[in-house]
Amino acid sequence: MTASHSAAPRPRRKVTAGGIGAHAGRIVLVLFFAFPIVFMFVSSLKPDEQIFADLGSLRAFLPVGHLSLDNYQATFDKVPAGRFLLNSIVMSGVIVVLGLFINSLAAFGLSRMQWRGRGFVLSMVLATLVVPFETFALPLLWWVNKLPNVGFSDGILILSQGWLDSYKVQVIPFIANAFSIYLFYSYFQSIPRDLDEAAKVDGASWFRIYRSIIMPLSGPAIATVSILTFLPAWNQYLWPLMVVQSEELRPVMVGVSYFFQLNVEWGPMMAYSTLITLPVLALFLAFQRSFIGSIASTGVKG
Amino acid sequence: MSSTITTAEVATTPQKHPKSKVKTKSWKGLAFTSPAILLLTIFFFVPVILCFVLAFTNARLISPEPARFTGLDNFQRLFTDPLFWKSLRNTLYFTVVVVPAQSALALLLALLVNGQGRGKNFFRTVYFVPVVTSIVVVSILWRFMYAPDGLVNNLLQAVSFNVIQGTDWLSNPSTAMPAIIFMSIWQAVGFHMVIWLSGLQTIPGEQYEAAAIDGATAWQKFRYVTWPGLKDTRTFILVTITIAAFSLFAQISVMTNGGPLDATSTVVFQAVRTGYSQQQTGYASAISLFLFVLVLTVSLVQRYLSRDKDLR
Repeated sequence: MTASHSAAPRPRRKVTAGGIGAHAGRIVLVLFFAFPIVFMFVSSLKPDEQIFADLGSLRAFLPVGHLSLDNYQATFDKVPAGRFLLNSIVMSGVIVVLGLFINSLAAFGLSRMQWRGRGFVLSMVLATLVVPFETFALPLLWWVNKLPNVGFSDGILILSQGWLDSYKVQVIPFIANAFSIYLFYSYFQSIPRDLDEAAKVDGASWFRIYRSIIMPLSGPAIATVSILTFLPAWNQYLWPLMVVQSEELRPVMVGVSYFFQLNVEWGPMMAYSTLITLPVLALFLAFQRSFIGSIASTGVKG
Repeated sequence: MSSTITTAEVATTPQKHPKSKVKTKSWKGLAFTSPAILLLTIFFFVPVILCFVLAFTNARLISPEPARFTGLDNFQRLFTDPLFWKSLRNTLYFTVVVVPAQSALALLLALLVNGQGRGKNFFRTVYFVPVVTSIVVVSILWRFMYAPDGLVNNLLQAVSFNVIQGTDWLSNPSTAMPAIIFMSIWQAVGFHMVIWLSGLQTIPGEQYEAAAIDGATAWQKFRYVTWPGLKDTRTFILVTITIAAFSLFAQISVMTNGGPLDATSTVVFQAVRTGYSQQQTGYASAISLFLFVLVLTVSLVQRYLSRDKDLR
């Protein structure tokens, strides 16, 4: 008798009114958070007339009726969506990869090495953490327009002024990131120092310690920083809106302005929105734990 | 979830390891840090300093003539500019509603999905989906949903049996900002739910067990164990939401363009309008400087509130 009871893996939770209410709340919230996104996906497959006809009923959230990829076709006809996607993929990729290298290098110098000036540099980096981009975006706009370009043409050095309307103005300002340095720094502080001291005794250089000891141990920090730099890079909107005029240089988010003409075609617009959301959503669902973990890691000590 | 928690904890709670006593030559330290320092200097420190300098000039984005020092002219203009006051009022309106509403809702979500289990993980994931969706996409989507014959009005009619007829949310000066506030909370609340969750993880389970032995009710457990245990998280969340709220721009740009009747113009939106569209860098810098001071004040207040346990 008792044996059969204790064989149960865990005691069954008491079902309470509060518990049922909480669960109902969770489910309602699922609808609240998921339905707009579901609506976007579903609408991207329907012709405009049907989107509007379905608005009054639950059909708005169901892939029913006349479904096709026509909206996607229309999107590619209207907007160079392929080019925009490629631009965003390449630029975010470069920001993430160069950012990982440069910021971890700086964090290594601040965490592992004791040198005069270290404290000063560290406090400068930490001081930048609270300042949002929007507060200095407009002076930065003026400033990048004054920066020199160095180029070569037929072996002759050519200097010109102004970074506006280029790939580099969308990438280079975002590589060094105080927050990434801070995240790497906190992570490196948790790695025992005996490891690098032993390597030092064996005659390893600082760079070798960085490359062969510290970085291989920093997988979680690398994942966190990658995610936290990829998301804003992919979602860039304000900055490219101001610095890019040429169509072929635009990233995905700026592409939405193509749809806000006199007659908004909602079907193609939903298709475009789906197109630029899906890559990130797929990444999120694949690495869901790392995503949530990386956000969590930003909070505790702030 | 366990892997997530360890990641978070390792990344944020550095254990104490004795510092090396061996000093390294400064140039070696600088060799590692200089690429980042150089880029931060060019693209952060210089523009921030420029913000202070250009605010006192008549600099234009593209101009053949060099900028001239104009003293306090920009600030005189700023403080007599009705659009600036309106934008500031709108920004504060947004902030004052979003900060408490979003942090409270995020805490509620965190409490609902705290703990282990497959189900909890599913809910966490779904609540987080809007966070990984770009605010630009979210703004488009909701602009469509807020249309007079859109989903929001249809839903209101359905649940109220045609009592509530709804309105043209974004074209009505008195509903445009509330509509944007609602949407902004919907998009960002999952982010702060996760931060509350990581705060909840730091409260030792024994405290709850002790409270249970003493016969505490669920509310008492929250009031005397959870709430005090979330002190640091609370400050962090309030400050990050406040600063993000001050920077409101993308939603406005996509959904209303500042309208109707400037009812949704914000400080950043006005800075972009003057500094980019009208190319008045000097005036835009004065607006940015004002925002900078606002943000700095908030973070100094945070420093003061959490002065006992500082970063290092």
